[in-house]
Amino acid sequence: MDKKVFIKDTSAGAKDQTRDFYTAFIDQLRQRKLENSVQLIRVADIGVYNQGIVVRITPDDFLYGHVEPKDIPRIIDESVVGGKRIDSLVCHHVSKQFRIVLRNCGVIDPENIDDYIAADGYQALAKVLTEMTPEQVLDEMKKSGLRGRGGAGYPTWMKWKMTRQAQADRKFMICNGDEGDPGAYMDRSVLEGDPHSVIEGMMIAGYVIGASLGYFYIRAEYPLAIDRIQKAIDQARERGLLGEKIFGTSFSFDLDIRLGAGAFVCGEETALIASIEGKRGYPRPRPPFPSVKGLWEKPTCINNVETLANISAILLRGGDWFSAIGTDTSKGTKVFAVTGKVKNSGLVEVPMGTTLSEIVMDISGGTASKKRVKAVQTGGPSGGMIPEDFLNTPVSYETLQKLGSIMGSGGMIVMDENDCMVDIAKFYLRFCVDESCGKCAPCRIGGTQMLNMLEKISDGTGVSDDIPRLKRVSAAMQNASLCGLGQTAPNPVLSSLLYFEDEYRAHIVDKKCPACRCGALFRYAIIQDKCVNCGLCFRNCPAGAILGDKQSGYTIDEDKCTKCGRCFEVCRLNAIFRG
Amino acid sequence: MIKAIINEIPVEVPEGTTILEAARKVQINIPTLCKHPDLTASAACGLCVVKVRKSRKLLRACCTPIEEGMDILTHDPEIVSTRRTVVELILSNHPDDCLTCGRNNNCELQTVAANFGIRTESFHKFVRDIPKDDSTGSIMLEPSKCIKCGRCVEVCQQIQDVWALSFLQRGFHTRIAPAGDIKLNESPCVKCGQCSAHCPTGAIFEQDDTVKVWRALQDPEKYCVVQIAPAVRVAIGEAFGMAPGVNLTRRLYALLRRLGFDAVFDTNFGADVTIMEEASEFVERFVHKKGKLPLITTCCPSWVDFMEKFHPDMIPHFSSCKSPHEIVGVLSKTYYAKEKKIDPEKIVMVSIMPCTAKKYELTRTDEMFASGYQDVDIAITTRELARMIKQAGLDFAHFPEEDADHILGDYTGAGVIFGATGGVMEAALRTAYFLVTEKNLGKVDFMNVRGLKGVKEASIMIDSTKINVAIAHGLANVEYVINRIREAQKKGEPMPYDFIEVMACPGGCIGGGGQPYGVTDEIRLLRSKGLYQDDQEKSLRCSHDNAFVQKLYNEFLGKPLGKRSHELLHTEYKSRPVYSR
Repeated sequence: MDKKVFIKDTSAGAKDQTRDFYTAFIDQLRQRKLENSVQLIRVADIGVYNQGIVVRITPDDFLYGHVEPKDIPRIIDESVVGGKRIDSLVCHHVSKQFRIVLRNCGVIDPENIDDYIAADGYQALAKVLTEMTPEQVLDEMKKSGLRGRGGAGYPTWMKWKMTRQAQADRKFMICNGDEGDPGAYMDRSVLEGDPHSVIEGMMIAGYVIGASLGYFYIRAEYPLAIDRIQKAIDQARERGLLGEKIFGTSFSFDLDIRLGAGAFVCGEETALIASIEGKRGYPRPRPPFPSVKGLWEKPTCINNVETLANISAILLRGGDWFSAIGTDTSKGTKVFAVTGKVKNSGLVEVPMGTTLSEIVMDISGGTASKKRVKAVQTGGPSGGMIPEDFLNTPVSYETLQKLGSIMGSGGMIVMDENDCMVDIAKFYLRFCVDESCGKCAPCRIGGTQMLNMLEKISDGTGVSDDIPRLKRVSAAMQNASLCGLGQTAPNPVLSSLLYFEDEYRAHIVDKKCPACRCGALFRYAIIQDKCVNCGLCFRNCPAGAILGDKQSGYTIDEDKCTKCGRCFEVCRLNAIFRG
Repeated sequence: MIKAIINEIPVEVPEGTTILEAARKVQINIPTLCKHPDLTASAACGLCVVKVRKSRKLLRACCTPIEEGMDILTHDPEIVSTRRTVVELILSNHPDDCLTCGRNNNCELQTVAANFGIRTESFHKFVRDIPKDDSTGSIMLEPSKCIKCGRCVEVCQQIQDVWALSFLQRGFHTRIAPAGDIKLNESPCVKCGQCSAHCPTGAIFEQDDTVKVWRALQDPEKYCVVQIAPAVRVAIGEAFGMAPGVNLTRRLYALLRRLGFDAVFDTNFGADVTIMEEASEFVERFVHKKGKLPLITTCCPSWVDFMEKFHPDMIPHFSSCKSPHEIVGVLSKTYYAKEKKIDPEKIVMVSIMPCTAKKYELTRTDEMFASGYQDVDIAITTRELARMIKQAGLDFAHFPEEDADHILGDYTGAGVIFGATGGVMEAALRTAYFLVTEKNLGKVDFMNVRGLKGVKEASIMIDSTKINVAIAHGLANVEYVINRIREAQKKGEPMPYDFIEVMACPGGCIGGGGQPYGVTDEIRLLRSKGLYQDDQEKSLRCSHDNAFVQKLYNEFLGKPLGKRSHELLHTEYKSRPVYSR
């Protein structure tokens, strides 16, 4: 079998060297005329972090860390050609991760169906089509306890069952790939890294619900994902895995792609359906649920990418295997996109029940600044802030909800002491206001009013009444908004008020931003006692706000200061005051 | 039937009933600003939220079908507080110019705000400055007052199939406008005004022409004449708290005289003349095979506009006869002026119409100036007349009754039913029967062309000849009828119909876009009933029996479809491609 070499620069913070390393590696391969027999693949995620440039060689499964360009000839000669492990380079990283969804990402070539098939691909489909009735599949799915990974956590088997039970001449299967939460990219990674697993999940779901056509709804900002899904569909069709009478059974199924034009709300299932139908992406009231009346008024099942990537693994290894992973109510694993002030940002797949602390501190290495974690934001713009005190919480749908946040699609943003909670809440709320479709009044106007209040608070013009007013509008939005976007948009504000109300009060009453983020509420000044008139701040100030010279000393002109913090960073004597 | 509990009161309703409708059955009104009985729920406003036991979320009463055993709570402190906040939010995005708004005292938002007793504005005022659109001269768009309930868009797209209005932009910047952000008169708008009749606020409004009328009435040089359309008389009472369908014809004559009109006519007379022409036209085509069948009626200017824009291939099927009020208009400045020896230049003809499109019709083609002047000078809607009456301080409820002025004011039962869907057809059949057989019908009621069914198809026997007719109202229903014609044309089969009546507004003119607010099918039926009752009570129920119509033909026009008729009473149509700019 041909050798494959996967490479990824896992060092945090510094410039990604993967591309240069790749070029050097391919040059060496060419010199040895190996470029056609060895496949070199750059991957976005290789499963380990902070191990410098990491190289994985398959099928031998050698994993090398902290690889330098000078090691390339050795690796090619001894490992790739020779098939021997170089012990001095072996990466001893032990991961707390457990990969089901991402099992193939970074391991197989996503543009080659044979790679997927070699990794047990389409075997679950074969088993389902030739050995199992739809009811048996439903039983297995029920046993697995898999719940929707798009955010709401609705049991997948129930969604399938309801669509299966609906009577109609046609039914549709839809894969929701309209991933839009800021900082979330797990669906993109799966679509790009393991497209066939999602296709296989779609087909199994189509078999169970009785659909013969499925749509991928993928946001247009994911061109590589779209390209790879299209290639995967074409390859599957070529192999007879899509089309008429699959595996010689009476089951026929085909797939098509529809692109999302960049509206966040189109991730909401009824708006998504409207979008596929060519209408304005407005949500509509439920019931009727899509399982009864969905696309073109026909029963439709919509599953998220990550949900679908779990399906073939579950059916190949059994529902019991899957349900043994995770907690009582949340089974299996969850992929999180850990970003923010964290040392190793990236995708993390862990069993449900893993604590936030394990994810943030152990796997992702804590904060890059070595400052304390102030809070972790989960669930994207619909989620909430979880303060440091609760980092030992095991992650599950229920525990996160209890803390005022949600699992959501798995975005996880880590904040340190330099982050202002009002500012963060404002960021998320602004996202929801920008993305509100404008159909229902509570979301359209409520969001705008809340954002206006937060802007006032961070400008120092907030009043004490703003806090109860924020809570009142939040309640109205939660109760009266039509879709999930409006109902959950106040969550970041409410959860930050729950845990960090003092910080709001500091903004409103003391007119101070404790984290020094809200420009109107803190200032920079030069502490004359500490200043040695070196002029470093003067030379670095991009706004020309530092006045004076080496003889007479320096002062900051507050009118000109843009609060960029450059002087604070460059001063070696801590002679800049901030607060 | 489904049994459920609302506020601890048991209810039993048919399957599919929403919580909102079920609550009304037990005398509970749940507030809403977006749901309208004519339209599917858009679920936009968020006011109708209720609690259902065992459901974590609040549900919208307007679109949630009641389920067996549901235990519903419609009012509790949390629900009311949510609604109150939503109303306050909507107000924060709405101008405060109630006193100068056309919907003052008649606005659904104002009523809700009053009911909730909102005394202070707790939120920042975000009123958007979006220019008005008065380009059609019939309907005024004022998007800054729009609360995005979606009724106008739904009625324009789904009920009328016109697709002139849509939502543009998104989020806080969402607004109503013609697609492509063009002016309404450049859009496919047919001026039917259904949007204005369904708008809960002052965002869409009939173009107010009452000032022009006052000015004419106050001008001593002018000789002001007025006519009222059939549908006005059974609906205007609603604006004065009277029941729908009460026939106020004779009281309106008296009121109009008191307002200062020199002569009061009735569009019903014009309807009788229309029938003379149109029934003759039908007989020409049907019996003498001159011209294409089916013949399609053209009393409705919105329908004419719609056809010219979307179905110009139907032009050969159109009756060339003008609409009744244009006929009264042209006759007032020719026949009446001659009889009464008045200079037609001094005559100001005002039409009181249930319709916003009549404003557009006034200058539609050159034929609307057949008298040598603009045949009808001003058209105002029922709603505008109601305002004029109130302004003049006239006590409608206790007003005396008078008769209309002769030669253009007397009508038969056939003329008055023009205001209801199927009425033109019925009136035409009564006279066509006479024209073909030279006998009067024994029983003149054609029950199978009446009622609110979207498309009514019937076969009528005239002696031994069968006539197939179709009646459509609500422009979305026209598609079916026209497609049947086109299909027959394509296949070379015999035409499915001989005679077709189309009215743009649901229910016909009684449901017109210029009628008093709050129309529902129930009210449409009551208004129609008022017209049919008037017909029933008339001693003369066929247009050709109208003595003044006979006099008109004997002394002035000659015969139906004659030379003078053609000059004065007929018009032409031309294809007007959609979105011409």
